[in-house]
Amino acid sequence: MKLSGWGRYPVLDCRLESLRRSEDLPGLLCDGKTLIPRGNGRSYGDAALNPELTLSMLAMDRMQAFDAATGTLSCEAGVLIADILDTFVPRGWFPPVVPGTKFVTVGGMIAADVHGKNHHRDGSFGAHVEALTLATADGEVRECSRTQSPELFRATLGGMGLTGVILSARFRLKPIETAFVLEETLTARDLDDTMALFEASHDWPYSVAWIDCLAGGAKLGRTLLTRGTFLERRALPPRLTDDPLCCPRASRLTVPVDAPAFLLNRASLRAFNALYHRRGRARTGTRAVHFDPFFFPLDRVAAWNRLYGRKGFVQYQCVLPEAESAPGLAALLLRIAASGQGSFLAVLKRFGPGGEGLMSFPMQGYTLALDFPLRPGTPALLATLDAITHRHGGRVYLAKDACCTPERVCEGYPRRATFEAVRAEAAGTAPRFVSALSRRLGL
Amino acid sequence: MTNRTATALVIGVTSDIGRALARRLADLGYALQLAAREAEQAEREARDLRVRAEMPLQEKIVVTTYRCDVLDADGGVSLLETLDPLPDVAVCVVGLLGDHAESLRDPAAAQRVMRTNYIGPALLLGALAERFEQRGSGVLVGVSSVAGERGRATNYVYGSAKAGFTAFLSGLRSQLADSGVHVVTVKPGFVRTRMTDGMALPAWLTATPAEVASAVVEAIQRRREVVYVRRVWRPIMFAIRALPERFFKRMKM
Repeated sequence: MKLSGWGRYPVLDCRLESLRRSEDLPGLLCDGKTLIPRGNGRSYGDAALNPELTLSMLAMDRMQAFDAATGTLSCEAGVLIADILDTFVPRGWFPPVVPGTKFVTVGGMIAADVHGKNHHRDGSFGAHVEALTLATADGEVRECSRTQSPELFRATLGGMGLTGVILSARFRLKPIETAFVLEETLTARDLDDTMALFEASHDWPYSVAWIDCLAGGAKLGRTLLTRGTFLERRALPPRLTDDPLCCPRASRLTVPVDAPAFLLNRASLRAFNALYHRRGRARTGTRAVHFDPFFFPLDRVAAWNRLYGRKGFVQYQCVLPEAESAPGLAALLLRIAASGQGSFLAVLKRFGPGGEGLMSFPMQGYTLALDFPLRPGTPALLATLDAITHRHGGRVYLAKDACCTPERVCEGYPRRATFEAVRAEAAGTAPRFVSALSRRLGL
Repeated sequence: MTNRTATALVIGVTSDIGRALARRLADLGYALQLAAREAEQAEREARDLRVRAEMPLQEKIVVTTYRCDVLDADGGVSLLETLDPLPDVAVCVVGLLGDHAESLRDPAAAQRVMRTNYIGPALLLGALAERFEQRGSGVLVGVSSVAGERGRATNYVYGSAKAGFTAFLSGLRSQLADSGVHVVTVKPGFVRTRMTDGMALPAWLTATPAEVASAVVEAIQRRREVVYVRRVWRPIMFAIRALPERFFKRMKM
């Protein structure tokens, strides 16, 4: 069947099977074909596509154990973060790291070693994984942790599913007293201002900036920076004290059809960005908000990916090392502003030190993420952005990527050789866990 | 129902619909009895429910597991000897589509389809009905199929077994009409499950296992008799039943 990532580009005809029990896996592995596991399809490009066999993990969604004394949860890899939130927020627990959508699986979070708004303090999701079970090409199920098969463990964190099928994982949730976040929004008039604000916000557990990617000149890099911290019960405004750990099932808007391409143009994007900025400026200051809109604003609109029309879009996310962040970001933003392309929402975020994952994306510095509707000129634009990123010692995020080249990935991920060695050892003769992404990038 | 926690038995709990249903029933506070061909597989589902349901203010729900194989000689009826307590609600979601061509070729395969979809579930629910009737209360739910409404060229081995099951449930319902025991027939239509993996199904006709679970729960609560999960199936099946056999036989649906 026709499958794609969240960006709906590329679309490939894939054989899709569901894994329902780990015992069924050897049967799927025995025909000698290659396969890639797939979570909830929220990676943007071709990371979870393999025409030979794409293995949906969504039915592997059983929780296995929870230790209420330590917050340690063991669950199968297909469990969604949304499911964990529904189950554990009312009991006062929250995942250690959440990405920008709650509709991701635990296995996907490990495979992409996702980061959240707290990366500068808490690192990526992988840092909180105590152990995982991995089915490798020989059909064996291995327990991997920092002490058991540590190399395979490090290769699997951020390994994009290329080391095997993650069957289950154990990680620690963190205690929260309320489901509400104290949110403060600040405006930054340019890039220097933004970076200074990020530095000043280091002690806030969560921070992120929305950046107006179409503003140029003196306004280049102007942002609305949001920072937040979970509220303690005694700090909760009286109107929220009835049910401090509520986890409402919000009714969701949806985008029922593909938006026509002409709606997305320079004028509409500029207008949206200007409006958003003005609205944000009007809402600066602190407020108590529920964690759901704070962490997952885009989840309120189901299928928002259709806003970019039938042809889909690509998301470009790169990270630049600390020392190169200022000039690198300026160069990227100039190029993007000049292109007149760009997205409704572009995001800038400060990263803390990189993690253990051999192919993990984050490194100490700044990450920029934005969407581009797919047009004839888009790949060329991305190639120039790639060139800027790599000139400044950065790299692109494989979970978002649909256009990068083998050379760029080689330069950007210095531990790649080690990764390949570990992967080859686990795979035996030929790589069995292969995706359209790994083929494209020669991984 | 009484003040004590109501108990629900799910037969075939490792199926996609069975799993979704067990979660819904646990959310509603039922104590659960989970039956599957292998008890350890039921145990895996039970563990999931226990982790999910452990709310601080709600007493820990009780989940027990049982082995039950409708292909056993007794149709799995020996399950009843071990059930404690006798459940208030029993749902049978056991089913097997099989490969129609294989069913035509191989009598053993055809028999497996017939026994799994009709003989086993009918014997099992029939035996439960007897005990429910003695007690004077309870709800029995059989998950049958729209395929049982008319024998179609492409799946009549499966369809005829489901037709038998549907007829059995209908008769049982009538027999128990004044006994306090209620019988529900569920006809899910297409559902995204292991049974339909790899099939190209029209989205507007295809339900999720969670939708089936909701329909079952609603049927239990509102004492519905015959339930189509997606309403659109009712007029469709009405039309399919109304076609004269003379035309229908040429359609090879």
